[in-house]
Amino acid sequence: MTTEIATFEPVIIGFTCNWCSYRAADLAGTARVKYPPNIRLIRLMCSGRLDPTFVLKAFAEGADAVMISGCHPGECHYIEQNIKALRRFELLRRTIQQMGIEPERLQLVWASAAEGTRLANEIARVTEEVRALGPLNWPAGRNGHLDAAGLEAAWEATGGEPGGPPETPGGENPEHAAEAKR
Amino acid sequence: MAERIGVYVCHCGTNIAGVVDVKEVTRWAGERLRERGVVVARDYDFMCSSLGQDMVEKDIKEQKLTRVLVAACSPHLHEKTFRTACQRAGLNPYLCELVSIREQDAWVHTDKAAATEKAKAIIWGGLERLIHHEPLEPLHVPVDADTLVVGGGIAGIQAALEIADAGFQVYMVEREPSIGGHMAQFDKTFPTLDCAACILTPRMVAVGTHPKIKLHTWSEVEKVEGYVGNFEVTIRQKARYVNTELCTGCGICWQKCPKKVTDDVYEVGLTTRKAIYTPFPQAVPIYPVLDKDNCTYFEKGTCKACEKLCPTGAIDFEQQDEVFTVSVGNIILATGYDLFDASVIPQYGYGRLDNVFTSLEFERICNAAGPTSGNVVLRDGKTVPKSVGIIHCVGSRDANYNRYCSAICCMQSIKYAHLVMERTGAEVHNFYIDIRTPGKDYEEFYERVQEEGGHFIRGKVADISDVPRLPGEEGKLVIQVEDTLAGRQRRVPVDMVVLSPGLQARHDSAEVAKLFGISCSAAGWYIEKHPKLDPVSTMTEGVFIAGCVQGPKGIPETVAQGAAAAARVVGRIQQGEIALEPIRASVNEEACSGCRICNGLCPFNAIVFHEDRAVSEVVSALCQGCGTCVAACPAGAISGTGFSNEQVLAQIEGLLMLNKEPPGSTDDAGLATTGAKA
Repeated sequence: MTTEIATFEPVIIGFTCNWCSYRAADLAGTARVKYPPNIRLIRLMCSGRLDPTFVLKAFAEGADAVMISGCHPGECHYIEQNIKALRRFELLRRTIQQMGIEPERLQLVWASAAEGTRLANEIARVTEEVRALGPLNWPAGRNGHLDAAGLEAAWEATGGEPGGPPETPGGENPEHAAEAKR
Repeated sequence: MAERIGVYVCHCGTNIAGVVDVKEVTRWAGERLRERGVVVARDYDFMCSSLGQDMVEKDIKEQKLTRVLVAACSPHLHEKTFRTACQRAGLNPYLCELVSIREQDAWVHTDKAAATEKAKAIIWGGLERLIHHEPLEPLHVPVDADTLVVGGGIAGIQAALEIADAGFQVYMVEREPSIGGHMAQFDKTFPTLDCAACILTPRMVAVGTHPKIKLHTWSEVEKVEGYVGNFEVTIRQKARYVNTELCTGCGICWQKCPKKVTDDVYEVGLTTRKAIYTPFPQAVPIYPVLDKDNCTYFEKGTCKACEKLCPTGAIDFEQQDEVFTVSVGNIILATGYDLFDASVIPQYGYGRLDNVFTSLEFERICNAAGPTSGNVVLRDGKTVPKSVGIIHCVGSRDANYNRYCSAICCMQSIKYAHLVMERTGAEVHNFYIDIRTPGKDYEEFYERVQEEGGHFIRGKVADISDVPRLPGEEGKLVIQVEDTLAGRQRRVPVDMVVLSPGLQARHDSAEVAKLFGISCSAAGWYIEKHPKLDPVSTMTEGVFIAGCVQGPKGIPETVAQGAAAAARVVGRIQQGEIALEPIRASVNEEACSGCRICNGLCPFNAIVFHEDRAVSEVVSALCQGCGTCVAACPAGAISGTGFSNEQVLAQIEGLLMLNKEPPGSTDDAGLATTGAKA
């Protein structure tokens, strides 16, 4: 188990804004600032375009973490749509927690078009944090299908008792179960 | 029809190929992605070269490609190049996708195996997205040939004259009674020391008399509706109480007006004006404005001296504000800056110590038309200072106030040093953090003033006090500073202190930005489309910025931006219509529930609600394509071209496909597979 974690390379999906963070990524490239290759970036016109479904889809498809990035508050190229992204981020963090995903697997990073180095550093930070968290064994799993073993692994990974439920796919919320025990 | 997709992987010399195994990526794309419709996979040294483009064009024609994916540099660099190549070959340019394996891969990673693997993931993501691309056509909208210029400072003046001289109608709106802006208050301009009024007033007169410029001073923009090419702007002409049709500008009214009022604007509080006034003798237009709040007639109901004495009967106490609209195709915002309020730094004593002045006050004192007729004297109006301290970076480059450099204060301070020495022979001490003279002939001017005997002390002033502690300090202002070059504390007694406050965004810049639908930075400066390559455009099509609204700058740069913005506008007018990127949202009326959630989300008011059908609609020309409404629509009724849900979701899937393949079936370490799997 320990060796597996030592070699674990997380896969991170990063959503970038066309006007700031995507350009920051371009700038990091132009300036040859190095960061871990675990992130794959998707360009949106604005962080406000981020449909919450995108984040859930990324987790469902096997991403270990999702990074949302946009312009600094007050500097949105579409006036204030990044604030809408901020709201969705806060809501999504709560939502994924209820799904048994650590909130740290969803990260929000502000980066202006001039902040290539900052974006690179943040990507490195997020990568290391997710590496420390280990692989995401979300019920929908990186294998894309649910089997008994996978479900059990997911149950354990999110804090459930070994060998315990679920009897139904997805099972009970392990946090609720833990609270009920107390 | 089955898709026939071409994948092209660029080496970019060794820029990409030095880190990513381009040959392997190409081979993999041709084999593994065949089931996704890839019929051609090629690599080339420089895809952006004409030979690379020819390759794509030839394949489109001969291989009957229906979509093209290029894996090379950032789409911000060459998306247009490859879209144009597709168009030349008869393929809709929006059926082309450029993915970045240079900036986002080869240039930022050193692990060749991992970078190669990432290149494959990026290509797969781009491919899945590309499959959902739709052929699009740019949106064409006509451009109204009239232009609105907001702000009558030197930036707005320059822009208006350029456009009007090109033969097109300009409406200029200025909040104050006269155009001229800050430059009209200055005495001399650095580094040439030519008189500001001498170079500015001919331009002001040109604006006032130009047949193609309609000048609205004492006016403000109230509302902006419409979109690029077709704006409807509502302007409020504040009541002047002077009929400009009759007024000849003779000046009898303000000469005879008995009410004196402190002139806080043009003379920055140094002297008085009358209740009816023209701010300065060369004002354009020359018609005075009656200051209702201070007029004796409006206060007490009697006086009317101006009305009685006006030879043409132009005074009209019944005049009301006039609200009207103009139709324009483009807007240039040149609303300038505010001076940093030096009184918020208590240790510098501005407002508390009489002989501490601000830069604008000093400009007026130096000015021959100013309150002291150009004599450099203390606040008492007669004493000539024997020593003067000039303090740089007041409120700029200071974590407590503004972090940025205000760009003009060093040169302005050096200019003051010269003027003080020239006019009074006084000893001058400049207190600076760093001297910044990056402009033509600036450094030479700095050297000249040093040779003339100006002292330059490197250190941030800690305190200015009128309390003497040492002999020789009685009756003086004592500047306490750490001289960082000499490495010791100094107390410098002077008679007069001139603060060089930085520039700030207009106090109402955020509201004005909202009015025009553009964005401003946290400091209040308006954000340009690109800081280097597009400094006068904004994210809102048809709205341009010039001068200090964009950030602190000197007169030459301001004039250059005014002219640049004008050139952009004239170019658009000449084209007659403008092609807008077809990245737009649209509402599927069948699916729209009429909940109106999207209505309030749109920052550009591009979504209208049809009460009769209870559905929302996106006005294409107003939509800037941010996609917030697409993300927010609970019914999924709004789709955004270029970044549709299908496109993004497919891209997510594609990016993660490699990770789903069972271990061993992919070349995880970048090693060549046998390709026998399929």
